[in-house]
Amino acid sequence: MPVRGSREGAYLDEQTLLAAGAPPPGSFEGNGRGSHLLGGQRAAAVSTVSTVVFIGAVIALFVFAPGAAAVRHTFFNPQQMKQAFLGDPSKGLYSVGKGLILNIEMFLIAEVLILFCALVIAVLRQLRNPVLFPFRMLAVVYTDVFRGVPLIIVIYGIGFGAPALYIRGISTQSDFVYGIAALVLSYSAYVAEVYRAGINSVHQSQVAAARSLGLSQWKSLRFVVLPQAVRTVIPPLLNDFISLQKDTALVSTLGAVIEANRAAQIDSSTLFVYSSYTVAALLFLCLTIPLARFTDRLIARDVSRRLAGGRAVR
Amino acid sequence: MSEPDVTPDLGGAQLGDTAQLVDAAKLDDGAQNGDPAFASQEAVRLEDVHKSFGDLEVLRGIDLSVAPHQVICLIGASGSGKSTLLRCVNLLESVNRGRILLWGQDVTAPGVDENAVRRHIGIVFQSFNLFPHMTVLRNITLGPTRVLGVPRDEAEEAGRALLVRFGLSEKQDDYPDRLSGGQQQRVAIVRALAMQPGIMLLDEVTSALDPELVSEVLGVIRELAAAGMTMLIATHEMGFARDIADRVCFLDEGVILEQGPPGQVFTAPGNSRTQQFLRRIVDAGRL
Ligand SMILES: Nc1ncnc2c1ncn2[C@@H]1O[C@H](COP(=O)(O)OP(=O)(O)OP(=O)(O)O)[C@@H](O)[C@H]1O
Ligand SMILES: [Mg+2]
Repeated sequence: MPVRGSREGAYLDEQTLLAAGAPPPGSFEGNGRGSHLLGGQRAAAVSTVSTVVFIGAVIALFVFAPGAAAVRHTFFNPQQMKQAFLGDPSKGLYSVGKGLILNIEMFLIAEVLILFCALVIAVLRQLRNPVLFPFRMLAVVYTDVFRGVPLIIVIYGIGFGAPALYIRGISTQSDFVYGIAALVLSYSAYVAEVYRAGINSVHQSQVAAARSLGLSQWKSLRFVVLPQAVRTVIPPLLNDFISLQKDTALVSTLGAVIEANRAAQIDSSTLFVYSSYTVAALLFLCLTIPLARFTDRLIARDVSRRLAGGRAVR
Repeated sequence: MSEPDVTPDLGGAQLGDTAQLVDAAKLDDGAQNGDPAFASQEAVRLEDVHKSFGDLEVLRGIDLSVAPHQVICLIGASGSGKSTLLRCVNLLESVNRGRILLWGQDVTAPGVDENAVRRHIGIVFQSFNLFPHMTVLRNITLGPTRVLGVPRDEAEEAGRALLVRFGLSEKQDDYPDRLSGGQQQRVAIVRALAMQPGIMLLDEVTSALDPELVSEVLGVIRELAAAGMTMLIATHEMGFARDIADRVCFLDEGVILEQGPPGQVFTAPGNSRTQQFLRRIVDAGRL
């Protein structure tokens, strides 16, 4: 049967089309056991095998490496780990577990203060009221300085500097308080910048819409810009808090604060085993990993919401 | 019936008004009609207004007078300064030279409380600019509650009435991103109306919409015009402008080259640039 439009007949008939190499039915399915399996069970099987092999290799390294026995003895000694976790006052050993509780307390108090101080600084930098100019300058200098200075130096500066000043009410605080002060000073600078990025990410047209209703600059910020800014910066804020959580350990360098890392040091100096470090590290991971996964989920939710929003608006 | 003072004190002093939200019935009345003070003056007057962005002079001496209840359409090529003009009236941009008077008061004078001025002017943007983190109803009540000090329940009642009036009542608890473009733009118009403005500025409010959504928004504007709202409308919808405008102003490179009733401007333009512009529009099949 000639194809429509071909006057000569024959050269474009069905027969020739097939002969010319039109693929037979099913020829796009790929060969072998059906390519769709690659995306399903097959992929699951491959990743399981590769995971098992990888973990096996790591274990083998710990078991068969020349120094493996020594490492196991120092870092993974079950007896020592248990002792480090519970502490043993009779031997002058601090409890890593208890230290961690103190650590969390410090983290929580610092976090609330940081969220508040940083917001004030970010807002100060945003308001264009001429009366606020000196505060704006102060905020700029503050963020520049404290983002540049390593946290450990701020901790030393306050922890050893404040007592040396002999100022009533300031020089007689505990290391717990100095530690929190240092964390707040240092982290507020970072978090203020995160807030500020969030504020700047809110489109200028939103401000125009708010101002055109007659809202003052402050009210526009308060009711329109900040709520949107805070929503977008929650994931990066959580990132900062993950590192704040572990940086509370640095406060231990002030000496008297008994927390995880400190306990580990004292323990190791007496017994010369490092299992307590392992305990401290594991405990920190127990706190930071859930926080990290939570952050991932928030980011994912935010992305999908934005995609949905984009579709609705077109 | 407690209408807000329609010749508001726009000076630095606090407006003592406790403006009630306009409700649907009042819009129908064209309630502002009866007020002699309102009717006797120009609603808007621009005198030799100049505006530059850096070296770029966008407005180069605009003179314009809008009487109460008039609908003025601004037409002109892209970049001719229509948006800038509207933003200047709303004080979103400050003018470099000249004056803008609202109801006889110079709002470009030093010491004017720009927030007090803006609360009497409603502006609607091409890109809607609804607040995405608030429901439709909150979008509408934000201004009345936070600027006018209207109690929340009163503002919500008035807001709901406006939504019913413009066929959006089922949407009051939705967030803006769940609405179609046309619905969003109608909400934006309602948001501006909720402040009981004495004048509305509309900046190409249908340009971001799919063609089938344009008419629902234009319908709302027609309704406002019928209710006696004073409006300054920048638009590319020539058919609409011809329909609704009391006067059409052709803007070209920052000056008003020609203005007059739509019949005159569209059918017998006196200026050659206007003719050229309109010919291009006709060629593009948009008139
Ligand atoms: N904030 C700004 N900074 C610098 N230039 C600006 C700014 N706003 C507007 N312009 C410029 O001013 C000119 C006029 O812009 P405007 O938006 O008023 O034009 P328009 O008539 O509204 O155009 P369209 O029809 O495209 O909306 C343009 O050249 C634009 O680039
Ligand atoms: Mg424009």
